[in-house]
Amino acid sequence: MEPVVHLRAAVCLLGRFPALAGVDLEVDRGEVVLLRGPNGAGKTTLLRALAGLVPVAEGEAFVLGRDLRADRQAVRSLVGLLGHASGLYEDLSVSDNVSFWARAARRPKSAADGALARVGLDGRLAAVTVSRLSAGQRRRASLAVLLARDCPLWLLDEPHAGLDAAGRDLLDAIVRGAADEGRTVVFASHELDRAVALADRTVVVAAGQARLDGELPRAVSPSAVPHVA
Amino acid sequence: MWRDAVLVAGKDLRIEARSRVTTNQVLPYAVLVLVLFAFALDPDRGVLARASAGLFWVAVLFSALLMVQRSNVIETLDGARDALRLSGLDPAGIFLGKAAAVMVQLLLLEIVLGFGVVVLYGVDPAGFGVLAVTALVATWGLAGAGTIYGVLAAGQRGRETLLPLLLLPVVAPVLIAATRASESALNGVSLDVSAGDWIALLTVFAVIYTSFGVVAFGPLLEDQ
Repeated sequence: MEPVVHLRAAVCLLGRFPALAGVDLEVDRGEVVLLRGPNGAGKTTLLRALAGLVPVAEGEAFVLGRDLRADRQAVRSLVGLLGHASGLYEDLSVSDNVSFWARAARRPKSAADGALARVGLDGRLAAVTVSRLSAGQRRRASLAVLLARDCPLWLLDEPHAGLDAAGRDLLDAIVRGAADEGRTVVFASHELDRAVALADRTVVVAAGQARLDGELPRAVSPSAVPHVA
Repeated sequence: MWRDAVLVAGKDLRIEARSRVTTNQVLPYAVLVLVLFAFALDPDRGVLARASAGLFWVAVLFSALLMVQRSNVIETLDGARDALRLSGLDPAGIFLGKAAAVMVQLLLLEIVLGFGVVVLYGVDPAGFGVLAVTALVATWGLAGAGTIYGVLAAGQRGRETLLPLLLLPVVAPVLIAATRASESALNGVSLDVSAGDWIALLTVFAVIYTSFGVVAFGPLLEDQ
C-alpha cells in the first residue's frame, strides 16, 4: 500500500538556510507518529512542509500520493494542521468559525455541530466570540475545526499546549479514534510522557534531519528514547 | 469560485457586523473628514458646494484605505492566513468575496456620506441615477484594486504605510472619473466629456482590476 507520507532526502530552505537538510520519512495510513527533538530542530518546518505551506526544494516529497514539489495546492485541502496559532477569526463566534471552515471544506453544517459537541464547545460556549475564549478553549475550538474538516492526514504541532488535564485526555482520545478510523497523524511534542504513550512510532528530528525512525513499544519510558543534544 | 466568494464575503461581513469597526471607527472618520473640509472652506460656501463631488470621493478614498487594511488584518491574526491557504477555497473566490465585502461596506458608507454632503455642503443633488451608477462602478473598482494591493502589502514590513503609497496613485483615475461623473449630478455642471463616458472609464477600470485579481490573487496570497 502506498504510504501517506513519503519523504526521501527532502530539503526545505528558509531563505538560504536549510531548515530541513535531507529528511527521510515514511508514514503509513492509520499511523500516529511523534516528531521529537530540541527547539529549532525543524519539527515545525517539517509539519508545515507536509501541509504544503513550505516548499520542498530538493528530494522526493509525496503526501497522499500527491507530489509536494509539483503541486503543493493539491495537498493542502487534504491536510488538517493544528499549529501554534489557532487559525480562528477573533471576532466570530466559535460556532461561526467552525461552520465557516467546515463549509470551506465542503462539509455539512452537521459536521461542525458534531465537532463542537465532541470537544465540549456546544451549547452556550458555541455562541461565544473567540476573542473571549481562554487559551485552552481556543485549542478545543481549533480541534473542532480539525474534526469538522475531516481530512485524512492530521499534522499537530504541540497539540497538548494550553489544554488542561481533561482537554489533554480528550485530545489523546480523539487522536487515537482518528487513527483507528484510518486517519494518519503526525505530531510534534515536547510532552514526552503523554506523547510517547500516544504514538505508534517516534522520529527524532535534529539539525533539520530525521535521525531515528523506529518502532517503540507503547509503554516505553521517554528516557529510553535517545536524547538529541 | 462563486460559492467560495459568497462564503468569504458572508464571513467578512459577519466579522464586521460583530466587531462594528466600520460603524464605530471608519464611518465617524469619514464624516470627520467631510466636517474638516467644511471647516477649511467655510469662508466661501460657494467653493465648498462646487468642490463637493471631489471632497466626497476623497473622503470615500480615505475610508476605502481603512477598510482594505481591516480586510487584510483579519486574515493575518492568529494564523488565519495559513488556515485560508489550507482551506481548499478557490483563491479567485477568496478575492471576489473579500472585494465584495469591502464594496458592500463602502456603498453603505457612501450613502451616509451622501447625506453628509447634502447637509454640510448645502448641495441639492439632481441626477440620482447618475450618482447611483457612478457610486456602484467606482466602488467596484476601488474594492477590486484595494483588495489586490491590500494582499500585496500585507506580507511586507510597514504594510500600514505601504498600502496608501501603492494604492492611491493607482486609484487616481477612479477619483478623477468619479468626481467628474458626479459633478453634473450634484452641481448641475455641464461637462466637456459626458458623465456616461466617465462611467464607462470607471467600468473599464473595475473590469481590469477584477480580472487581474481573479488571476493573480492566488500567487499574491502564496507570496505572503
